[in-house]
Amino acid sequence: MDDYPILEMKNIQKAFPGVLANDNISLEIRRGEVHALLGENGAGKTTLMNILFGIYHPDHGEILINGKKTSIHSPQDAINEKIGMVQQHFALVPSFTVAENIILGLKNFGFIIKTKQVEQQIKELGERYSLPVRPKARIWTLSVGERQRIEILKLLYTGANILILDEPTAVLTPQETRQLFSAIRKLVKEGSSVIFISHKLDEVLEISDRISVLRNGKNAGTLNREEVDRRTLVQKMVGRDVLLDQEKPKVEPGPVKIEINDLTVKNDKGLTAVKNLSLEVHGGEILGIAGVAGNGQKELAEAIYGLRPIETGKIQMAGEDLHHRSIKKRIQSGLSFIPQDRKSIATCPNLSVMSNIFMKNAIPGLKKSSAWNMQIKQMHEKTGELIQNFSISTPSSKTRVRYLSGGNLQKVVLARELSNNPSVIIAEHPTRGLDIGAMEFVYQALLEEKKKGSAILLLAGELYEIFRLSDRVAVIYEGEIMGYTPPDPSYTEKIGFMMAGTREDSIHEN
Amino acid sequence: MKIKIEKRMNTPRYLSLVVPVVSVFVALLIMFVILTIFFMGRMGSFQGAFGETVSAYKELIAWPFFNQYGLYSTISKMVPLAFVALGLSFAYKMKIWNIGGEGQLYMGALAATWAALFVFRGITSPLLLITLVAIFSAIAGALWALIPALMKAYAKTDEIVVTLMLNYVAIFWVDYLVYGPWRDPEGFGFPGTAAFPEPAMLPAFFDGNVHIGIFIAIAFAILLQYINVKTHWGFNSRIVGDNIKAATYSGIKVKKYTIISLVVSGAIAGLGGGVQMMGMQHRLMHGFSPGYGYTAIIVAWLAKLNPIAVIFVSFLFGGLLVGNDQLQMFYKLPISLISIFQGLVLFCLLGGEAIAAYRLKIEKAEEATVNE
Repeated sequence: MDDYPILEMKNIQKAFPGVLANDNISLEIRRGEVHALLGENGAGKTTLMNILFGIYHPDHGEILINGKKTSIHSPQDAINEKIGMVQQHFALVPSFTVAENIILGLKNFGFIIKTKQVEQQIKELGERYSLPVRPKARIWTLSVGERQRIEILKLLYTGANILILDEPTAVLTPQETRQLFSAIRKLVKEGSSVIFISHKLDEVLEISDRISVLRNGKNAGTLNREEVDRRTLVQKMVGRDVLLDQEKPKVEPGPVKIEINDLTVKNDKGLTAVKNLSLEVHGGEILGIAGVAGNGQKELAEAIYGLRPIETGKIQMAGEDLHHRSIKKRIQSGLSFIPQDRKSIATCPNLSVMSNIFMKNAIPGLKKSSAWNMQIKQMHEKTGELIQNFSISTPSSKTRVRYLSGGNLQKVVLARELSNNPSVIIAEHPTRGLDIGAMEFVYQALLEEKKKGSAILLLAGELYEIFRLSDRVAVIYEGEIMGYTPPDPSYTEKIGFMMAGTREDSIHEN
Repeated sequence: MKIKIEKRMNTPRYLSLVVPVVSVFVALLIMFVILTIFFMGRMGSFQGAFGETVSAYKELIAWPFFNQYGLYSTISKMVPLAFVALGLSFAYKMKIWNIGGEGQLYMGALAATWAALFVFRGITSPLLLITLVAIFSAIAGALWALIPALMKAYAKTDEIVVTLMLNYVAIFWVDYLVYGPWRDPEGFGFPGTAAFPEPAMLPAFFDGNVHIGIFIAIAFAILLQYINVKTHWGFNSRIVGDNIKAATYSGIKVKKYTIISLVVSGAIAGLGGGVQMMGMQHRLMHGFSPGYGYTAIIVAWLAKLNPIAVIFVSFLFGGLLVGNDQLQMFYKLPISLISIFQGLVLFCLLGGEAIAAYRLKIEKAEEATVNE
């Protein structure tokens, strides 16, 4: 690794209506380094990279490649400058093969497509960087991790030597992440540079050589890996200390609020996703369900909420069977659901904050509002109150929520779901994609509800979150509960075994 | 100085008025060029063609909007337009694309005729008869829309195709009746039914030139506006329109909303047919609508689905229809030119809306003015 800057971005400024997304940011990438861009959501990471990749044009500032001033007006320009970007959402044609997708990305593939040759080259390229792929496989048969590998290979195939990876690990399993990291290391060894965008501290610390922290559109500093630890990075990111490890409030568990018996639910493909599952959550208790994503968590949550029909079994809230209750009735009896997919399920992007808060028409405390005479003014006032309470940063209650950042959108969802005096809350990955500040806010809000006596079912992928919040931990594998542990990191190994499908009673502890 | 184009975050309110007005103006401008070219062919010289176009434009605007009798016709033409456009915008709010306004209008007219001439023949009380005929026409429009509604809700068919196809069924059904069993034996072979009995005619004023249908339309507009703004229905329909998944998640029964919105939409259009029969035509005739149902689609869009705006826009379009009739009569223009004009309006409107999503930002660049 030498100190030769292959890429320099100088004094980049970019404003969007109402926001200064990039404020005079300078960044220097060296040959053969992994350079992490760390920052909360909305700190300007993606904007900066979109400028580099030619999707946006900066208002001010310049880009130098190999010391030469370059203007990048389109992704094609970027590719010509050997810059490649893997977006968070992949651009692959599902019905095409791997090789065909890579050929698609090329500008000049000629009249007769030499598929055989390309397949061979892809295979070699993949082996060289330990990104194994099967060139003839169709995209739809591949896992998310494999698809990402193909996106990276696509870049390498076009000859890119500056690779931008936008939150590449958000969709990966731990094993896939490890594989990705070893590939990144190989790439860097051969002289490529990788810009790694993330807000996950541990990963950034693990993979990067240097770290640039963005905060509020500014570069809060570029640091060498050796100089930093978790704590300093957090401080740089949020500009203040965040209490990462806090005591949980002690609450005397109340009566059983939700009880599930022998529940079986099918997934979208008609296969059994939840198998004879039973559990119960008391008031004032958080039950954390740990498990690798796709083991029936989503189906379980949807079945409880009423979005998915159940095959067999029984769900009871406060002793009453929910079987024939509509979603509306369930909402009215105090069931709240924070879905993982807040953009496509939990909110209406083109409607105002107020409309989204009152989407379920279930928030109490409005006087004289009826189905035929809604008190719009009062609803705006109430929304203003909730905007304050949940510190949602929005210009007004009339702003369309599509203009809010992920964290603020989640706060809108929380404001709605928690203002209904919920007796049972299902929280499905409630902090996915959020930055540390917003994460902590979500945690506090959920713990507050726990204190008030709600029963909370927390479905989360990250063990940290489970330990942070839960009173008990259940581990789910292929729709079945493998066993329970206390919420203590010392049980991580045991949980790991159960997440991989070993039952609690067959783990022999030595 | 640098001029930049950037996307707006919020669309200012005044734009919802400016955009349609400018669009119509631009459409008029383009139409001016087309008309001039058309007249060139007829008159040979540019000067003559230009003069002819100017005078045609005078006619197009002066007669329907500034002449007493022209205004009467404008109001008469706007009534069916307003009814159908109100109905359509009700469904469009939920992104349910009812293209069947024409068919629902025809079915409303058919049912009104059936009620007035056959079912309630003996009734002499105008209030009772008019109410019954109106109800019949609304039910007929509703039933006509119920077909695509059920198909959409339960079989996920595309409502655009089904409603559009049902238009032809309705038109041919009416044709069958007016050429066949319902033809007036004393009508000199003309394809139309006998006239409605006196009590089934809507009261009219201004020497019988303007019937009260206009007030019914305005009343409906106000009612619909209230429903949109102040009721759960309006609130929820915006949710369904924006994100069906979120609607289901919120406990809204999307199927129910789909069916009701299409049915109500059809009922209002059907009522428009009934009012047209009772107020204007007083008999069912072959081709009584010059495409009100299709023009209403443009009206609804131009009004941005706002019921109150629908009234104003249908007034404008009613006037254009009247002006076009004048042009046809006095300038011998082919009817297709009118369709061209309507297409132009829609085209300019959609273009205008796309443009209005952006704004120009003028900023002074520092480099350009280095203390000279």
